[in-house]
Amino acid sequence: MTWRYKVARGAVIFVNRLARRIGRGSGTVIGGRVGLAISGNLLTDLTRDRTVVLVSGTNGKTTTTAMITAGWGGNVATNATGSNMVQGHVAALADSLGNRAVLEVDESWLPETIVATRPSVVTLLNLSRDQLDRASEVRHLAELWREAVKNSPEVTFVANANDPLVVYATRDGARVVWCDVPTPWRLDAASCPRCAQSLRFSQTSWECECGFAKPSTVDTFTDGGLTVRGHPLSLDLALPGEFNVANAAVALTALSVLGADVPSALARLNGLTSVAGRYAIRKWGPRDLRLILAKNPAGFSAALPLIGAGELWIAINARVADGRDPSWLYDVPFEQLTGRKVICLGERRLDLATRLFYAGVDATVVDELDSLAVPGAPVTVVANYTAFEQWRQRTVEC
Amino acid sequence: MLTVALIFPELLGTYGDGGNARVLVERARQRGIDANLVVVGVGEEVPSATLFVLGGGEDGPQGLAADQLRVSSFASRVEDGSFVVAVCAGLQILGTTFCVEGRDDYPGLNLVDAVTRRAKKRAVGELAVRVKGRALVGFENHGGTTTLGAGVTPLGEVLRGRGNDGKVDGFVAERVWATYAHGPVLALNPWWADEILGAVLGVSLEPLVTVADDLYEERRGALKV
Ligand SMILES: [Zn+2]
Repeated sequence: MTWRYKVARGAVIFVNRLARRIGRGSGTVIGGRVGLAISGNLLTDLTRDRTVVLVSGTNGKTTTTAMITAGWGGNVATNATGSNMVQGHVAALADSLGNRAVLEVDESWLPETIVATRPSVVTLLNLSRDQLDRASEVRHLAELWREAVKNSPEVTFVANANDPLVVYATRDGARVVWCDVPTPWRLDAASCPRCAQSLRFSQTSWECECGFAKPSTVDTFTDGGLTVRGHPLSLDLALPGEFNVANAAVALTALSVLGADVPSALARLNGLTSVAGRYAIRKWGPRDLRLILAKNPAGFSAALPLIGAGELWIAINARVADGRDPSWLYDVPFEQLTGRKVICLGERRLDLATRLFYAGVDATVVDELDSLAVPGAPVTVVANYTAFEQWRQRTVEC
Repeated sequence: MLTVALIFPELLGTYGDGGNARVLVERARQRGIDANLVVVGVGEEVPSATLFVLGGGEDGPQGLAADQLRVSSFASRVEDGSFVVAVCAGLQILGTTFCVEGRDDYPGLNLVDAVTRRAKKRAVGELAVRVKGRALVGFENHGGTTTLGAGVTPLGEVLRGRGNDGKVDGFVAERVWATYAHGPVLALNPWWADEILGAVLGVSLEPLVTVADDLYEERRGALKV
């Protein structure tokens, strides 16, 4: 390794520790930026002697990354803070020993991250509308991925066979392992990614007149249970929701491809109770809150069935990281909440309350957090990206 | 009886644009008017309706939507008296030609003389338009620049953002309203929703005070218009 690499890696570690000590956040981005300024090849150098797994997709990246990391066991470098572009990757890798890494990757960064890190496995979870004001439209992302897959014959892609946009991106890959997992969100794939005609969906499959269709053979599937590459497994997740079953199926398939011991990985996955502050009960003063992240229509659709009986607070922001346009609230099936009372929070609480009014849901706008009630039962807080971060920081683990 | 038909939401619904149809139906119902929302899927017959709502979409779906509408009864129903509200790609489809990937003269429905060309830069951000002395607020995200024919009236003058060309936004024609403010623009501007509803129903509507009025004031403040 060159002196430049050593200096750059040392700088990342030093700056990040300093940033944490002086309270400038978790310091993942700033240290990474300094390191990359010293050595532009830092990400490639840091992954040179490591087995790398990349995880991308609109929803479930952070959870699937945590699942692969936990399932693999031992010393694994990972960007657990969710900082999923090059600075975050460099920060996670610089500060960690060991020869394995699992990195969550922003969808639009995936092509260059594949080139830089030469991964063994890339998992592709799903593609749906998210932050349309700054990210590309979803079909454009599918095209970007498609090029990257074609240019990476040595990489094994573990891909969701039930998401037409993912299939479009992956189907010409040299090594693809297909996972047939629950994918309820269909709005972005209503028209064929190849020819724009409408796709026909049946209970278990989908196809287009042009011949584009769900892959006819899959390696991993869920049908009440879970079968990973021919091996039936007893999945018993502590994490809630059908989408986490899908995440676990993809994670275990990736681990199987890597040659990990799948039964012991499964046991570790079943034991996960919380990922990055989500799902577990947290304390906010005298109140017990359960935080759920939902940052786009597909995420919200998956989260709404998880909402418990107690009070429901929904917090919406529209900062740059959220997408500055909250129009997507009208793609969320909030009508499911009819009959419930929702407390509207966050910087765009009036947008949310208006949306809920048109859905026929009883909505109350609360401007001052201090005036929130102290209910006996745990409150469910569903929040989008930066609003979730605010609530995570306000609360502490029990 | 008001029938609002939402056209091809699977092709033209990238930004929650279906919200506009819901808003019109709900604001009518709140006033005791019998109103009903019909969702028209691709491949389905375009039904008779009081009002058609068209949303925005990506290139491929936009082209397909225009093709399907061209061979449907959409235009003749509009000739016969149906109203239209269109946003973003929906606006372009009502016009003469628009651009999709690889083609700059894709034929629209030619209901309005409006030619859309590729702009040098995408317009992404807040859009505000002066419509009859009031500020219409919304969000735009499109790569077009639209030129209106000599006889065509724009919806209004751009106060912020680009709209058609940085000067004016959208167009109004007999029974037609169109704007680049995509998504649920009628949710953000309850007064405009009521203006359209009043014109469609041919009545003057009772005021309806809701949280949407607070949202409108808040957005006007945020956009400084
Ligand atoms: Zn097709």
